[in-house]
Amino acid sequence: MICLLSTRRFLTAAQIAATVPGYEHDPDDLREHEAFQRKFERDKAELRELGVPLEIGTASIFDAEPGYRIARRDYGLPEIPLAPDEAAAVGVAARLWRHAGLAAAASSGLAKLRAGGIEVDEQATLGIEPVVAVDPAFTPLATAARERRAVVFAYRVPEDDKSSTRHLQPWGVVCWRGRWYVVGHDTDRGAARCFRLSRIVGSVRLTGAPGAFTPPADLDLMSHVASWSGPVDRSRSARVLARAGRAAGVRRWAEAVEATPDGDILTLRYAEPHGLAGWLVKYGPDVTVLEPAEVRDALVARLREMAGVAAGPASAARAAAAQTAPAATPAAVPAAVPTVAPSREREEVAA
Amino acid sequence: MTATPSGRPATTSAERLARLLNLVPYLLSRPGVPIAQAAADLGATEAQLRDDLELLWVCGLPGYGPGDLIDMAFDGDRVTITYDAGIDRPLRLTPDEATALVVALRMLAETPGIAQRDAIQRALAKIENAAGEYADAPIAVQSPGGDDRLATVRAAVESGHALRITYYSATRDETSERVVDPLRVIIAEGRSYVEAWCRRSQGVRMFRVDRIDALTELDEAACPPPQARTAAEISRVFRPAPELPSVTVRIGRGDRWITEYYPVDRVEEITPEEWLVTLRVSDLDWARRFVLGLSPGAEVVAPAELADSVRAAILETLAAYA
Repeated sequence: MICLLSTRRFLTAAQIAATVPGYEHDPDDLREHEAFQRKFERDKAELRELGVPLEIGTASIFDAEPGYRIARRDYGLPEIPLAPDEAAAVGVAARLWRHAGLAAAASSGLAKLRAGGIEVDEQATLGIEPVVAVDPAFTPLATAARERRAVVFAYRVPEDDKSSTRHLQPWGVVCWRGRWYVVGHDTDRGAARCFRLSRIVGSVRLTGAPGAFTPPADLDLMSHVASWSGPVDRSRSARVLARAGRAAGVRRWAEAVEATPDGDILTLRYAEPHGLAGWLVKYGPDVTVLEPAEVRDALVARLREMAGVAAGPASAARAAAAQTAPAATPAAVPAAVPTVAPSREREEVAA
Repeated sequence: MTATPSGRPATTSAERLARLLNLVPYLLSRPGVPIAQAAADLGATEAQLRDDLELLWVCGLPGYGPGDLIDMAFDGDRVTITYDAGIDRPLRLTPDEATALVVALRMLAETPGIAQRDAIQRALAKIENAAGEYADAPIAVQSPGGDDRLATVRAAVESGHALRITYYSATRDETSERVVDPLRVIIAEGRSYVEAWCRRSQGVRMFRVDRIDALTELDEAACPPPQARTAAEISRVFRPAPELPSVTVRIGRGDRWITEYYPVDRVEEITPEEWLVTLRVSDLDWARRFVLGLSPGAEVVAPAELADSVRAAILETLAAYA
């Protein structure tokens, strides 16, 4: 390695073997030579993995055999003039990985910065500590996106009964609301899609050559994920009666509270009656809908269905019928759109 | 150079080579550095580092004459490189190393209310520049909860004062006031939390920032008792304890989302329309609200106590509309 670093010429495998301890062998002995070649190939692969830029070329036009040298201009980490506060930020950043995902890469990167003369303060904190956690699919997908290689993986949305094989040209990986997604061109669907990494089953396989596709020029990765959940328009208003001292979870969203002998009348904003009913039903008898009728009716219909199920196993047929009824949960993701990034902010439904 | 010194736990030759390549430029930039510190900085044990130094001693230019070898001077426990044989810079960052640092810095830079945002952004720009082509990592990060509440909470925690908070506990469905001594603010799994000593419950608790409905900074300094420790392993915090009651529900297709949203112990896929899901709950009252909020077809399988309370709640609520 150091032998290659300090040379400007291309050295052939034979020349390297002659100078480097550990590579000595009799080149005329076929078995010894093969052993050397295997070791040499293994070491070359190892060097490339570490990031050592090995160049292949010939020293002169008279040389038939290719030689190797290290591209010095690509070898070294450039000078990084980090101020102490910047170095502290890098130190904190490297710690965010804790023991997950790219933790090993973060610490070996940090070691290189230290080797480059940068002092990194281990104790520095920045008041807030985000915890980075990634799914196993993160590294292969980030690599594939960087190298622009197509990928194949099995994907399963909970609403589906089986996983399906998906072919994707990954444009990039996005972390949104603490969850990771991959965005890209789905070659089966012929359109842009995003997939949640935690729903990928098994391993991600990189297929084909690097540089196989070009992401759109005006690509905004985040918008592909975030555009699915726009702000909810809560333009309607409902009044519910809450028992005194109960249903704190409903009270904190109340726009107005009016105390009465029977309890407190809360005014709530909502977007859609079934959504509000599905949320209020959690609080059982602690809340009673006063108006409007659409919320009251939605809640009563729901309770009647539930009463049928709760009555016992004889109601199994009704339970099955209930499953085929239109979904009453507003946050439920349409199963037909498996690639959306849903947010299950159940508690904030009435916010 | 891949020889393994005898008698030591073998690390892979690639790991060792990576360390050796860092060692020379590291020592060059810090003449006379204590060996113990070098070991700590480069993620090695002192014994490993001494082995590395011995190996480096015999490394150098082909031909291996005197003057070609890497040379160093020892002074007790300190070491100085006097000849570097051409290894004056560490290796450039690999794609994974560049990604790890760049993504974490972007995550920090996107964190609302973080201190030193300016330094983070400058550091990010410099690391991206140094990583060259690899810095153009096709990875976008958006931190959750970019709201003012988090910034207020962080400022209050920074102030070092005890806080009086109005906090909504979803477990108990109760809003209460308590005085807490903050330890730190963390962001995990898409949510922000204050980890603090709660004087009322006499223990360290994780408070979700979006459930802190009001906050007052007190005049007294925060003084968590010595036994108040932050949870070393964050992921543990979100894993339900094994002693908690176990609940099994029968759900249909529309409720399968719970298996992604809550940490569940077991999922039995009986038929496509019938999954048995077992999860641990911190409170059976919470579990009642949870089950009532599922699709109408969902049903409690166990415990019987929960099935009874769900049934009673349904009938009592219906009666109010009779």
